[in-house]
Amino acid sequence: MPLLEVVDLHKIYTMGDTEVRALDGVSLSVESGEFIAVMGSSGSGKSTLMNLLGCLDRPTSGHYVLRGERVSDLNRDELANARNRLIGFVFQGFHLLARTSALENVELPLLYAGVSGKERHRRSRKALELVGLGDRMDHHPNQMSGGQQQRVAIARAIVTEPGLLLADEPTGNLDTRNSHEIMGIFQKLSDTGMTIVLVTHESDVAAWARRIVWMRDGHVLSDEPHEPGSPVHPPPIDPGLSLGVP
Amino acid sequence: MNLFETIRVALRAILRNKTRSFLTTLGVVIGVAAVIAMVAIGEGAKAEVEKSFASMGSNLLVIMSGAHRAGGASGGSGSQLTLTWEDLEAIRTEVPSVRLAAAGLRGNAQIVSDEQNWSSQVTGTSPEFFDIRNWPTTDGALFTAVDVEAASKVVVLGQTVAARLFSVGSDPVGQMVRIDNVPFQVVGVLAKKGQSPMGQDYDDAAFVPESTFQRRIRGGLQKFIAGQVHVAATSQAGTTKAEAELRALLRDRHRLAPTAEDDFSIRNLAELASAREESTRTLTTLLASIAFVSLLVGGIGIMNIMLVSVTERTREIGLRMAVGARPRDILAQFLVEAFTLSLGGGAIGIVLGLWAAEWLSAKFQWPMQVSPDIVLLAVGFSAAVGVVFGLYPARKASKLDPIDALRYE
Ligand SMILES: Nc1ncnc2c1ncn2[C@@H]1O[C@H](COP(=O)(O)OP(=O)(O)O)[C@@H](O)[C@H]1O
Ligand SMILES: [Mg+2]
Repeated sequence: MPLLEVVDLHKIYTMGDTEVRALDGVSLSVESGEFIAVMGSSGSGKSTLMNLLGCLDRPTSGHYVLRGERVSDLNRDELANARNRLIGFVFQGFHLLARTSALENVELPLLYAGVSGKERHRRSRKALELVGLGDRMDHHPNQMSGGQQQRVAIARAIVTEPGLLLADEPTGNLDTRNSHEIMGIFQKLSDTGMTIVLVTHESDVAAWARRIVWMRDGHVLSDEPHEPGSPVHPPPIDPGLSLGVP
Repeated sequence: MNLFETIRVALRAILRNKTRSFLTTLGVVIGVAAVIAMVAIGEGAKAEVEKSFASMGSNLLVIMSGAHRAGGASGGSGSQLTLTWEDLEAIRTEVPSVRLAAAGLRGNAQIVSDEQNWSSQVTGTSPEFFDIRNWPTTDGALFTAVDVEAASKVVVLGQTVAARLFSVGSDPVGQMVRIDNVPFQVVGVLAKKGQSPMGQDYDDAAFVPESTFQRRIRGGLQKFIAGQVHVAATSQAGTTKAEAELRALLRDRHRLAPTAEDDFSIRNLAELASAREESTRTLTTLLASIAFVSLLVGGIGIMNIMLVSVTERTREIGLRMAVGARPRDILAQFLVEAFTLSLGGGAIGIVLGLWAAEWLSAKFQWPMQVSPDIVLLAVGFSAAVGVVFGLYPARKASKLDPIDALRYE
């Protein structure tokens, strides 16, 4: 059984009388332990897909099964629970709580999981040490670099040991050196068995992944295994797949 | 998330923006302070009225000759006297709800001691009078039934008269005074009684046996009482019953036709007291409702700021939801925040209100009385204000969609 499976996923935004088909029939299956990069030009629906996978949004139609559970059948509390325990999400813009220490930012998911104070501390420390911030626990976001902030966000995403890590352009706001560090952490997590799906439009970031999904206009254009480290090329445009695109 | 953690998160949010939190609660602070101060002053006024009526005797009835007239009862000079000494005897013996009754014959007289002279009101009465009015002596003793029988020339002085006639060190008891040139021996000095509800000084008075009064001060009539009859009912609750019984007795004794008006009037002081209390209570209610309205306005202030806060922290709410906060966690967080703000405001308001009441009563000599009830009520009300006015913003926050909240600009 795959870790997650989406079938014929559609997401349609209606604005006035114009319809935007952000996702137009996406099917995807992810096995446990995979390391996937989702690529594609801006507006191709990558973020929309990630938000649906992260249970942050609901599709217009289509199926999403996560660990054998149909996500569309879950109520708001159960969705919150899934986000808390099954999924870690890393955003392009970090989304850390301001004027709150790194440690407390990382503790946040555990707070909603009902973990006791002592245990929260222990696990948050461990997560921060894993991302190499063992000496920055008391720092506030405004006292840290972008790369450090993103590492705090990663620690927060993995602190509940969710098994699935989703990252939407995690290096989008970072320079090359910081990007490289972040990818090193993802690689380390992947080596421990964590399933990772990350969105990027930088080929040297995608090069770390073992599977690359290309998207275009709400469709999956190609979905191929990839040898980590080898260069990433856009797929040849297949007239049969790129419907109506010049 | 458990309640303890929720409170911790809410407190952090409040302390993160101290100035704003304080300004938010200011409405509740002022509201609660106003409630406390207004009610303390209102209750103080009520207690003052109660005290002055209680000093008159709470189960006191006063009967006067002549019918009721507009502007109060008659019985003064010129009106026809109708109450007789036999009536008094009948009141004492035949009315079950009457405990005691005494005549009170009044006149102004010049009282002269060796040192001073003073014009005061002299009352001729019997020893029961002091019991009816609940008025003991501090020095010496009251005159007795024997003194009344013998028409002894003895006098009991009120505090004011004693103070006017005798210098501080000297003991008035045993000394002689002249009342309208008749020598009297002072046998006692009464305890301080204070002011009547109308502001008259009760202690500016002297009391002599009624027989002596009639013989030596005002030549009285044999049959009629040239004054009032003071009656103590058996209980405060019994005054209404006593009034009815007295009316029936006197009408019967005076052989009044069923259609005729009373030729006497009865003043029920317990009723008068409760009417006065009623009016001060109305005042208290009025003051308190104005204050409660300001508390309400304070609540709306909290709601306003909480709504702003929810909007400002939309992305934070989105993030909390993204990492697993359920709608009810978000609801609880904002509700506890509003609750804490208004309860904190209430606490500051109580301190401020007590201080304001203290200050006002000191400055304007207003009596004040703080009842624990009103403090509890103010606390409860401010907590309720927090919950009621915090509920809407908190619900609004909890109903946000995670992705919309995260993307909010
Ligand atoms: N909330 C929204 N309302 C309307 N249109 C949206 C919304 N979110 C995304 N879209 C549209 O959906 C399409 C896909 O967007 P997105 O998934 O963000 O693309 P990507 O992340 O690949 O750049 C775009 O055309 C975008 O304008
Ligand atoms: Mg995007």
